[in-house]
Amino acid sequence: MQSLESFCTWLAATPVSQAFQTTEWVIPAVQTVHILCVAAVMSSVLLTDLRLAGLGDRSQPFAAVARRYLPFIWWPLPVLLATGTILIVAEPGRALQNPVFVLKMALLVSAAAITLAWQLPLARNASFWDGPDGRRPAARLVALASILVWVAIVFAGRWIAYIQTN
Amino acid sequence: MLDSWLQSLQDSPPATAIREGATLFPWIECVHVLALTVVVGSIAVVDLRLIGWASRDRSVGEVSATTLPITWSAFAVALLTGSLLFSSNATTYAHNIFFQLKMALIVAAGANMGLYHLLIGRDARQWRTVADTPVRARITGAVSLCLWVAVVAFGRWIGFTINAPT
Repeated sequence: MQSLESFCTWLAATPVSQAFQTTEWVIPAVQTVHILCVAAVMSSVLLTDLRLAGLGDRSQPFAAVARRYLPFIWWPLPVLLATGTILIVAEPGRALQNPVFVLKMALLVSAAAITLAWQLPLARNASFWDGPDGRRPAARLVALASILVWVAIVFAGRWIAYIQTN
Repeated sequence: MLDSWLQSLQDSPPATAIREGATLFPWIECVHVLALTVVVGSIAVVDLRLIGWASRDRSVGEVSATTLPITWSAFAVALLTGSLLFSSNATTYAHNIFFQLKMALIVAAGANMGLYHLLIGRDARQWRTVADTPVRARITGAVSLCLWVAVVAFGRWIGFTINAPT
């Protein structure tokens, strides 16, 4: 971990990191954009997963609900990665040397995998999840896993601030 | 008068437990952040439909009926957790300008919503398409969206202007 520590020290000393650190509004403003994108993803995930589990709005097929919200699940991700990167550059050690941050990234990969796990079969067959074939138990399991992982991502994101690493 | 009430709130056993406990504050904050992402994201679904940027093929009535129950449930959780966080340091938060502005903005968002439900949106059931949606309703949606974005920003700024992990 010696090299990671020296990388963080180097990054924190770069002019761009120094500029972020000394300009007071940068971190709160970037965190605000980050949270707003989380809001878009979290709400879209919740509304889609509730319908996937058979609990949400049944007046329309799941494929229609998914088509409405999927862009709001995937498109904020580049913004989240960009704002997250700015926050790392501003305070490298706070995230990179933090086990909760590593956990959050692992959860994020899981969340993307879970989303693809329901999205890809749906792309081939629009009634895959709510057709007559009776896949409801599997759909419920996927929806539950998705919600739990996203909730864990939000919790981990906040806990990064409270875990002192050095 | 108000300050002595705030002080006694802050000295109450639950507030003291949150302030002095090692992990209570961050856990409550986690739930608060989760709830606010759902509030802002789900209300944005309705606002974006009112403005005419999303869910263009659905009536305003349908969109509201499926998302507003989620918004209200999440708002109740955000209010409860927010009150607990506030109680732990009531005198400091009450004098923080960003906290004061955040509360004012939430009241304004509530007034905007009340105005919509009582006057502007009385015939919302007839707004089947974006073309049917009157300009006054679109403005209400845009105002709501701006207010909630500002609520998130001011909420984040509270953390940077009182002595707390950010």
